Amino acid sequence: MSVIIQTYGSMLLTALGKTLLLALLSLIFAMIIGMIFALMNVSKNRFGNFVGTLYVDAVRGVPLIVLAYFIYFGVPTAVKMMGIQDFRLSALQAGTIALAMNCGAYMAEIIRAGIGSVDKGQMEASRSLGLTYGKSMRLVVLPQAIRTMIPSIINQFIITLKDTSILSVIGFPELTNMGKTISGNTFKSFETWAIVGVMYMVVIITLSKVAKRIERRVNRGK
Amino acid sequence: MENRKVQIHVANLQKSFGRLEVLKDISIDILEGEVVVLLGPSGSGKSTFLRCLNQLETSTSGTIIIDGINVTDKNTDINKVRENIGIVFQHFNLFSHKTVLENLMLVPVELKKMTKEQAKENCMKLLKRVGMEAKADAYPAQLSGGQKQRVAIARSLAMNPDVMLFDEPTSALDPEMVGEVLAVMKELVADGMTMVVVTHEIGFAKEVADRVVFMDAGYIVEQGSPEELILHPKEARTIDFLNKVL
Repeated sequence: MSVIIQTYGSMLLTALGKTLLLALLSLIFAMIIGMIFALMNVSKNRFGNFVGTLYVDAVRGVPLIVLAYFIYFGVPTAVKMMGIQDFRLSALQAGTIALAMNCGAYMAEIIRAGIGSVDKGQMEASRSLGLTYGKSMRLVVLPQAIRTMIPSIINQFIITLKDTSILSVIGFPELTNMGKTISGNTFKSFETWAIVGVMYMVVIITLSKVAKRIERRVNRGK
Repeated sequence: MENRKVQIHVANLQKSFGRLEVLKDISIDILEGEVVVLLGPSGSGKSTFLRCLNQLETSTSGTIIIDGINVTDKNTDINKVRENIGIVFQHFNLFSHKTVLENLMLVPVELKKMTKEQAKENCMKLLKRVGMEAKADAYPAQLSGGQKQRVAIARSLAMNPDVMLFDEPTSALDPEMVGEVLAVMKELVADGMTMVVVTHEIGFAKEVADRVVFMDAGYIVEQGSPEELILHPKEARTIDFLNKVL
């Protein structure tokens, strides 16, 4: 085990860094995607409802690994057929898009449920004082929805962080991919995967501890 | 009373929820400074009527004109109209993530009616008026029902409205808290505020209403002064209702 850490330690850390980068980028975009589709879903606009539901259904209906293959291999091929020759997606770009789309769909559902949990009297009171729908959402409904959403959002963050490992299939050099390389080179599968597993675990446990603290702070004064 | 001008004009108001016709044909004129109490059995359309006045419920047909503005017109900026119409709800609907003072200040500041400092001063005055200045920094969850409702009234007043609507303001309160809310409302009556009140407090209606309107099944059945309507009702449905509640 110590041999692996000595020889491959810095490579593993670099790979972990890539995992975190991919997770972070995906989460940022997922939040944006989730917010947009959740707002479409709760709006009174029928077209918005339709698009919001369609997105969530479509993305949730496809396994992440298929989505990743589709974006990394499928989309550039289609673009080339449309006549644009030098279109390419890096593994990081494709991975971020796939993860963000996937996580965004779940995030949309979390946000939609969070908005739904706020008593509709809050929106009515805000509207009746003369605020627009958008301002009422932003100033009155969403701040209250966030509180109930936080545990689910944290959960989704953790899932997404782990899902980055699926993107090893498109060759992005993240932690799981590195684990494959190392165990292939050394034939020490047990040690390699134990180390990789512990690395994920340490990051995720740290993350949930931090998240718990945030949750407590947000709920203060409730 | 006779030469006061009409502030709320409602003509042939009709409201359906899907196939259910809740308001069938409502026409009424409410004068400036008038206090109108709506009575009627549950499901008679009182609350729906009230909520149509500020278009929280979009009316199906008919006309509502408030302060000369046609609020049922699609081109009217309803947000602008609502700034001048306060509404107090049965369940208070205070913003639970804001303190009492922030509840009052939020919208006046957001809509740039006044600066933060002006708003704070004005809102503290209003809180004093409803006897809640000591709780300015409390959160709604820390207040009793009566206190919440007094804050809700102050929040509406912070927009400096011309009309106040009350949708069963005391129905969700413990009996011993009804008095404190009615006292605040009576003060508003004394100040000459135009008020439309849906309530089951017959005593309040008798004491302060200029006019009592009895509604049933989406129609106005009968209306008149409190003496006429409460003590000498003419319609069978009014008599039946009053017999049940008195």
